[in-house]
Amino acid sequence: MTPVYLAGVGLHPFGRFPDRSVTALGAEAVRAALADAGIGRGGFQAAFCGTVYGGVAAGHKVLTALGLSGVPIVNVEAGCASGGAALILGATAVASGRADAVLVFGLEKMPRGIIRSSFFEPWREEAGLAATPAYFALRAQRLMLESDVTLEDLARVSVKNHRHGVANPHAMYRQAVSLDEVLGSAVVCEPLRLLMLCAPNEGAAAVVLSARPASRAVRVAAAVLRSHLSGSVLGEHTPLGGLTDADVPTPTELAARAAYDEAGVGPRDLDLVELQDTDSGREILSAEELGLCPRRGGGRWVRDGGGEMGSRLPVNASGGLLAKGEPLGASALAQVVELTWQLRGEAGPRQVPRARAALAHTVGRGANACVVILAR
Amino acid sequence: MTFALSTERRTHASDPDPRRSLGSAPLFVCDADGPRLLAGACGACGKLHFPASPVCPYCAADGARETRVGPAGRLELYTTVLRAPPGYRGPVPYGFGVVALDGGLSVVARLTEADSSRLRPGLPVELVVEPLFTGDDGRPVLSYAFRPAVA
Repeated sequence: MTPVYLAGVGLHPFGRFPDRSVTALGAEAVRAALADAGIGRGGFQAAFCGTVYGGVAAGHKVLTALGLSGVPIVNVEAGCASGGAALILGATAVASGRADAVLVFGLEKMPRGIIRSSFFEPWREEAGLAATPAYFALRAQRLMLESDVTLEDLARVSVKNHRHGVANPHAMYRQAVSLDEVLGSAVVCEPLRLLMLCAPNEGAAAVVLSARPASRAVRVAAAVLRSHLSGSVLGEHTPLGGLTDADVPTPTELAARAAYDEAGVGPRDLDLVELQDTDSGREILSAEELGLCPRRGGGRWVRDGGGEMGSRLPVNASGGLLAKGEPLGASALAQVVELTWQLRGEAGPRQVPRARAALAHTVGRGANACVVILAR
Repeated sequence: MTFALSTERRTHASDPDPRRSLGSAPLFVCDADGPRLLAGACGACGKLHFPASPVCPYCAADGARETRVGPAGRLELYTTVLRAPPGYRGPVPYGFGVVALDGGLSVVARLTEADSSRLRPGLPVELVVEPLFTGDDGRPVLSYAFRPAVA
């Protein structure tokens, strides 16, 4: 297999942009990634676009707007892992030798509040079962029941990620919050408070994958997508996973295992991690599932300053989804953009010193988990 | 009786019940034995799934048979939904949780008890079928939920 390198990366900041179309967001990220890679029309042989709410031909519209159509364009949906799934398709095309370079991008423009999703059949909506934050709340409660994770630990995660987000000009929320502010924010679904949940928002991210190493070569050491074991993907009991799956490995565990194996590294070899923190309970669970701390050891990990900037292994140095917000199709690729900057030493005030290996993780509806490991 | 579910059957003149049930496929029944969920039981791997499907989602075997599950179960996880989520037309706040039914099926369901201080993990609960909202045709729409079991 041909090694796959990140030849260029670009981002449209995450936030809310009522005057800009989703196509405009995507075009800005793509233009930045192509400029970073030093290529233009003819410089890539295929394009993959991750989006959930972008609609028909979302990627085609972006490339048409930039005069870059004429290559095969595939739009990819895999819930919160959509951008990651697009990246895997692109990396596979390069690794197999089918393409010399590909463009992978993700974009999204989402309404405020609870996301309406065709994931839920109409009867589930009518029955009150389309309450997405409630599933996150049940998962957080399970974490608290099965381990020593406390409400304060959930708040600590939010405090950390918001503090990290202050240094990220691409984040939507750039204000530090205190433990009391998090605990005192409105209850959305017990135990989760408003400041413990990420906001669906808008943004775009793009990367160019190439078979040729760039001067500041960052390599895709592993890119893996795993779904839940059969039966659990759309089952009534695990619509979002993590609720009653005690007897089966989670999608994140499956993806992490395969990615560590593919890259020939383990959690100890990583210098930083960007992981799915849709809510603060999800960050703790993600850390456990990725092997950054022992299973049921996530509470202790948080209390010991796990994931803080300056700690052994910073987690969500970008501020994570809690500070950036979550534009579904763009979030996984924005992680890859952030980690590429970090590995190149271009992350400015949030730079993790001497970073050489990094991991990005997303997991979403349909129980798709994506784990990408980058190395230089 | 099994509640009439398709529009045609719902509006049939001989329909003995003016109410209709949630969804377009049978999710539950309510007869002399009380309410039950209609789950699928796989003859090949033995696992239960809900809603019932002829194909087992666990092992892909055809011919799963419909089986009645409930009404008793235990509450595993719970929270309170304060604001109506997309498409929901019933009252808020409402309880929301995971119930492990006797017989080995776990479901995510609405709870009649919205005050989570009156709930606890392991609490015995029972299935109820009750009107949740009034449909566009003016008829009550029945749905299922769990309530703390009467001792």
